Amino acid sequence: MNTAAWLILLLPLFSAVAIGLGAYRSRLASAALSIGAVVGSFLLTLWLIAVGDELRSSVPWLAMEGLQINIGLQIDPLSRLMLCVVTGVGSLIHIFSLGYMREDRDFSRYFAFLSLFVFSMLGIVLADNFVMMFIFWELVGVSSYLLIGFWFEKPSAADAAKKAFLTNRVGDFGFLLGILMVWAAFGTVGFAELEKAEATAICGLAGFLIFCGAMGKSAQFPLHVWLPDAMEGPTPVSALIHAATMVAAGVYMLCRVFFLIEGTWAMEAIAWIGGLTALLAALMAVQQDDIKRILAYSTLSQLGYMVMAVGLGSPDAAMFHLTTHASFKALLFLGAGSVIVALHHEQDIWKMGGLRERMPKTYWTFLIGTMALCGVPLFSGFFSKEAILDAALENNLLLFLVAVLVALLTTFYMTRLFVVAFMGEPRSAHAGSALESPSVMTVPLLLLAVPSVIAGYFNAHAPNPLVLAASLVVLVFGMLVANSLYSGAKTDPLPARLGRLAKALHDRFWFDEAYQWLIDNVQENLAKLADAIDRWIIAGLLVRGTHGTTELAARVLRLAQTGNLQTYAFWFAAGMAALLIFTLG
Amino acid sequence: MEPTLGQYLMVSGALFAIGLLGVIVRRNLLIIYMSLELMLNAANVALVAMSRFNGNLDGQVMVFFIITVAAAEVAVGLALIVALYRKRQTAEVADLATMKL
Repeated sequence: MNTAAWLILLLPLFSAVAIGLGAYRSRLASAALSIGAVVGSFLLTLWLIAVGDELRSSVPWLAMEGLQINIGLQIDPLSRLMLCVVTGVGSLIHIFSLGYMREDRDFSRYFAFLSLFVFSMLGIVLADNFVMMFIFWELVGVSSYLLIGFWFEKPSAADAAKKAFLTNRVGDFGFLLGILMVWAAFGTVGFAELEKAEATAICGLAGFLIFCGAMGKSAQFPLHVWLPDAMEGPTPVSALIHAATMVAAGVYMLCRVFFLIEGTWAMEAIAWIGGLTALLAALMAVQQDDIKRILAYSTLSQLGYMVMAVGLGSPDAAMFHLTTHASFKALLFLGAGSVIVALHHEQDIWKMGGLRERMPKTYWTFLIGTMALCGVPLFSGFFSKEAILDAALENNLLLFLVAVLVALLTTFYMTRLFVVAFMGEPRSAHAGSALESPSVMTVPLLLLAVPSVIAGYFNAHAPNPLVLAASLVVLVFGMLVANSLYSGAKTDPLPARLGRLAKALHDRFWFDEAYQWLIDNVQENLAKLADAIDRWIIAGLLVRGTHGTTELAARVLRLAQTGNLQTYAFWFAAGMAALLIFTLG
Repeated sequence: MEPTLGQYLMVSGALFAIGLLGVIVRRNLLIIYMSLELMLNAANVALVAMSRFNGNLDGQVMVFFIITVAAAEVAVGLALIVALYRKRQTAEVADLATMKL
């Protein structure tokens, strides 16, 4: 049991190291190692779930007065569920990558990075204390940087990787401060010890700072800007990072430390930030044209839902939605990947169309994913979304309205995407000659379609009639409106109808431009100021000043050193005379 | 009339001052060396005078030691000057400024 838990964590690391040390020479060996490791972890996870015991196992890593840090594993229902999501969805994505990346010349490097990423993510899931979680948190940051920038020779990919890393670092700074604050207040960083400790007034602030970490990883407003750009990575990476794992890490972490924030003012802030993110992202998704970007904004919006659920005091609903979302969003991303490969890396939905007949497997699985995301009754997304709407209705009517509006927008933009990309007539030559992807790509799609349909039944409960009515109304309304607008449309009719609003949505409310302005005008000037202080005051006045004064004094004193014996004798005598006068007189 | 201690000390001081002046202003190493001896002996005069006026022989004992040590010192010093002259063909102090940076 203990060994199995450690093996789950270490198998992907072993694979990454083995590929890096030599297996990279053989494409087959690299892929086999990487897929074997993650599937092995998945099987071990299933075994752990079957056994069903709780487990804590740790080895001391750092011990000093007042601080003991362990590297430890914690197996409980929460981490088991998350393990299942990460390794299960991860396995399918690894297999899908075999097909998607088959022509890439850095095939082996890709699988090494993928394994490293899975290892880091599993570390977050299994961590039993804040410091270990933070270490793996940063490792996820690094490995996501490597994966997003996988095609680093493309400047946009390199920039997106940098942006993701830096934006995450901003959030992680808050996370680190929060951890320090928790340690200062409680003297321990272990989750189990903290859970037993008495809550203090500092919990609110510490909780909010820790939430800042989740804000970065889970791409919540105002740190949401990195996620859409991160679509520059290979599509399976988008599915892995942006559906099942990295962005879910923030929500998972909030659920893990929910006892810390429970009942503090931080809850309110978290709920509102989540709601705001959900709304903004859903609005932006309405006017995007890149198939992956639409899905990225949809991910943002769903993450906003989850964070809102945590803030509303219902981490169960958040984890439930996280689980269902992981499967259907991975399905959607992989479906998009299948389309993109079939269309020779065309991502603009206005150059697709008519894929229904040409790619039936992708079409049907994508349809299932779309229905699950929109919350069509009896699909998995329906149950988890109901759970969140329930929590919102109980606690905060305003946020409930926001959530319903987001549900409407979700239905609208997903129907738009679906109708434009799959229905109607082909709008480009590539779309007209697209072929269904090989089975190495379609089988993972089919396998992911299964949990997308049934995952909701594991936690289903009778929905509140008001919630049910509201979500059904917005679902039907959104589908009808989107269908009537986009069915058979050659171009997007919305810009003509909404005018400037559509432009604002399309330009993502100018967040990137605002940040650019902020950096140009604030950060750049601060940097100039710091440079001036360093150049003129520290290097100029202090360093050069010390050196200059010493040198000047030395030059003056050197005048006395004539080398002439008699001058020395004179000064010697004069000195003696002065001393005599001083002592006697 | 018996000279007073003050007069002895004035002679001693005058000898010392003449010696010092010689050390500072004369150019030839040998002359400087002689001036140094003069300063040494000025000190001896002061010591003997003190010894006599205080009725204590300690000062005179010290003078004997000084004379002995000075004899040895003269031997070494003159040897150095001769060696220097052989090497440099000069005993002018102004030429011996190699210690300057």
